[in-house]
Amino acid sequence: MAELTLKNVVKRYGNIEIVHGINLDIKDGEFVVLVGPSGCGKSTTLRMIAGLESLSSGTISIGDRVVNTLEPKDRNIAMVFQNYALYPHMTVFRNIAFGLHAAKLPKDAIDKKVREAAKLLGLSELLERRPNELSGGQRQRVAMGRAIVRDPTVFLFDEPLSNLDAQLRGQMRTEIKRLHQSIGTTIVYVTHDQVEAMTLADRIVIMRDGRIEQVGTPLDVFHAPVSTFVAGFIGTPTMNLIALPVRQSGGNATLAFSDQDVLPLSTEVVRRIGNRDRVTVGIRPDDLVITPADAARERQGTRLEGTVVVAEPLGVTTQVIARVGDHELVGMADGRFVPQAGAPVALTCDVARLHLFDPETQRSLAS
Amino acid sequence: MTHASDTTTRGWSLGPVIHPGRIVAWTLLALGAVVMMVPLVYMVATSFKYPNEVYELNIIPHEPTLDNYTYIFQNTRFGIWFVNSLLTSSLVTVSVLFFDSLVGYTLAKFKFRGREFVFIAILTTLMIPTEMLIVPWYIMAKNFGWLNSYWGIMFPGLITGFGVFLMRQFFSGIPDDYIHAARIDGLNEFQIWWKVAMPLVTPALSALAIFTFLGNWTAFLWPLIATNDRALYTVPVGLASFSGEFLSDWELIMTGATLATLPTLIVFIIFQRYIIRGVVLAGLKG
Ligand SMILES: Nc1ncnc2c1ncn2[C@@H]1O[C@H](COP(=O)(O)OP(=O)(O)OP(=O)(O)O)[C@@H](O)[C@H]1O
Ligand SMILES: [Mg+2]
Repeated sequence: MAELTLKNVVKRYGNIEIVHGINLDIKDGEFVVLVGPSGCGKSTTLRMIAGLESLSSGTISIGDRVVNTLEPKDRNIAMVFQNYALYPHMTVFRNIAFGLHAAKLPKDAIDKKVREAAKLLGLSELLERRPNELSGGQRQRVAMGRAIVRDPTVFLFDEPLSNLDAQLRGQMRTEIKRLHQSIGTTIVYVTHDQVEAMTLADRIVIMRDGRIEQVGTPLDVFHAPVSTFVAGFIGTPTMNLIALPVRQSGGNATLAFSDQDVLPLSTEVVRRIGNRDRVTVGIRPDDLVITPADAARERQGTRLEGTVVVAEPLGVTTQVIARVGDHELVGMADGRFVPQAGAPVALTCDVARLHLFDPETQRSLAS
Repeated sequence: MTHASDTTTRGWSLGPVIHPGRIVAWTLLALGAVVMMVPLVYMVATSFKYPNEVYELNIIPHEPTLDNYTYIFQNTRFGIWFVNSLLTSSLVTVSVLFFDSLVGYTLAKFKFRGREFVFIAILTTLMIPTEMLIVPWYIMAKNFGWLNSYWGIMFPGLITGFGVFLMRQFFSGIPDDYIHAARIDGLNEFQIWWKVAMPLVTPALSALAIFTFLGNWTAFLWPLIATNDRALYTVPVGLASFSGEFLSDWELIMTGATLATLPTLIVFIIFQRYIIRGVVLAGLKG
């Protein structure tokens, strides 16, 4: 086990810079997830840690050792690939043992290690099979077995679950988390699925165009996104993000969704907005409660009125897309309330839970 | 139970459904097979006939005989030619499989300056017909003193542009993750090629093995030119010398020809199984 440090890591392919100076400190035993949209450089970063790709500049160290020039096999890492990369001409046993054979371990030591890993992953019965005789989940486990037997100081995962169906993905996610808890090795895990990131990570690293946008615990990035990019990327359904005019009159200020629908703002919020006349507002759908229009009639203040565009019953809740003025907002209603399209509804939200961003820079307005 | 009776009644009442397209396809295939097979069948049949029967059209000889076979092995050098052909064709095949896949892999999976240029240069060699190369080969062989040797017969075919091209295409199809995984597992580049990449392209290797072996087994022009010592003849060259020697002893020529086709059949039967298994492997996702 060891900590992993990236200092000003840059990657260029020819003249094109793909990764623009990444700094990251990963603690011993930490589970760090890199997320970001396709092409943002997650895999490239991971491959540089693995030693499969050279650095254009910067340093990577594992433990106290700078590993820039070390071969992958000498870095004491193990990697699980998206398509598993199991050798189709070898049995499960041989696949798992392959690296140990290459390292010339004695036969009985190999045997012992492979069987231990197989037991941990529930593969004991499958050791003599070939990869094409396994289900997707089983193949995934073999790929993890191959990584585990090497006793690496750092595990690297590159979208290991993206080839699985939704149900299996959930199951394997739990298994990976359990694995981390039982062996406690540092893990760097790449995904573009934010649910995976939220559920697995001790810390999430959100990447965008070869830069780190934000690093934090899942709750940090969920509750305090530093930019509209992070806010829109983390959390399902996606946060409502709309640019709205701020109407200041005297000491009071309101957010205008439309001419009629205005949201009075607290002094705290007004202070954050400062002298801007527009602000980008983020509202999580879960913070936007939708009720029948007449039921909320007597409620005061933070109430908007809109008409239903689409209502999608999810069981416990109903996800409603409602139109307020020119804006479409996603909110949540009680599961027993499934309004028709066109029906009038009331939208209520707690002003304290609004996220505020500068409409120019898209950065969060400091609280 | 019900299901079984169901199908029988339906079978009786309606009969099997035959699509007209099928009939055409089968007829054409059958015709093709006949056209291809008839000469072969006569070749084999004639090899079991006595000379007086050679010009009769019967396929089963009236009096089947092995005399032609004993004659060929006792009174000609066919046995030696057979060994020559087997040796040179096998060695060339092994060499082609090894070097073509090594070069193909390098071109497919390593990035280096001039990679495209090398690849295109190799491709252009495919456009030069053998007939044009014979003279340079001959001059080369003569100056190096390679005429009348196994090496002289084999050297032009030890690496082929076609094989390099074929292998490069197949290696390009292997996901890099296999190679990355092997690198992390601690294999060196040569081991990665041999232990990981090669098993993944067995279908291509089988196809290349068949092409190369057959091509060399039936090669005529170059072995004819490269050798004039009868002890170094290959089967096709030797067979050709038969027709001069035995003039029209067709039963002997056909016996030689029959013997000459045996290895090609065997090679095909062996490698065909690998081709099919290889296709199954290639279809595997994980
Ligand atoms: N060998 C290469 N040569 C040139 N450009 C490359 C190479 N490998 C990757 N890139 C580019 O680098 C960028 C980042 O690629 P990378 O694979 O790291 O993205 P990613 O974040 O893993 O995306 P995804 O979620 O799609 O896997 C992409 O724009 C890609 O086109
Ligand atoms: Mg990727």
